[in-house]
Amino acid sequence: MIPQEFNDLLTSTFGEAILESKLDGVFDPFIVVAPDRMPEVARFLRDNEKTLCDALMCLSGVDLTKGKLGVVYHLHSTKFNHKIVLKAFVTVEHPHVGSVEAVWKTANWHEREAFDMFGIVFDGHPDLRRILMPDDWEGYPLRKDYQVPEFYNGMKVPY
Amino acid sequence: MGLLDQRFENGNVVITSVDTLLAWARLSSVWPMQFGLACCAIEMMATGASHYDLDRFGTFFRGSPRQSDAMIVAGTVTLKMATRIKTLYDQMAEPRYVISMGSCSNCGGPYWEHGYHVLKGVDRIIPVDVYIPGCPPRPEALLEGLLKLKEKIRNERLIIKKPA
Repeated sequence: MIPQEFNDLLTSTFGEAILESKLDGVFDPFIVVAPDRMPEVARFLRDNEKTLCDALMCLSGVDLTKGKLGVVYHLHSTKFNHKIVLKAFVTVEHPHVGSVEAVWKTANWHEREAFDMFGIVFDGHPDLRRILMPDDWEGYPLRKDYQVPEFYNGMKVPY
Repeated sequence: MGLLDQRFENGNVVITSVDTLLAWARLSSVWPMQFGLACCAIEMMATGASHYDLDRFGTFFRGSPRQSDAMIVAGTVTLKMATRIKTLYDQMAEPRYVISMGSCSNCGGPYWEHGYHVLKGVDRIIPVDVYIPGCPPRPEALLEGLLKLKEKIRNERLIIKKPA
């Protein structure tokens, strides 16, 4: 399937859950999905006979500055060898996205990483805790406004 | 001034001081703890393998801090790992020595400015005896560092105080 067909299929199926799409950019074509509807859109793309996106290649967190965070999903179908990118945008005040862990098990650690680095909360994730940083770490290091702490457990952090 | 340099002509008797004997015994079997943290560990493994052959210096890696004399901090010390390293160091029996291998464990290396998760030098949590520069240091450099450590142990005095 080409990106336009993905867009048509999703728009006709989910309607308002598909917020916008950009299919003709220089980058990968992407479709923006409402954050709380992400799990059902993901499950649909995995199970639909025309799409069969059985692989979540990557799930990334992004800080878009000005209080906006994003999650980017790169999907791939091993049967049809087509790809599509989904995006979900949330705010820093309410960083909640539906978890796709139940759809692709790969998402488990990816979502934990996005939570660890950006503080994006994935609703429905079975074990959402930090994966890279220590459990008692404060703050989300990859946010643009992140300030490096002066001390961690009595150890001086800056050079 | 190793003992084996002496000739054993005098009825199989070597005369030396107790301090020298103890130092010789200790420096001849420095057993480091077996753990690596980053790419420096690859060089450390190469040093331990047959080509550079760490064993010929009486040095081979032990799996437990209780059996180790030295700790080779080979790689980036993250803050998460730093607390573990401190624990491992405390578990080692004295006398214990630390070799800081590579720029990361010396001073933070390439993470010195933007590494929010990196301890800028392992000497902030444990005392270091020998620093080996390099990113990563070649096996020859690690061997040199080990020999420097041996030199340090050789000059230590347990029984008599060294004249100032």
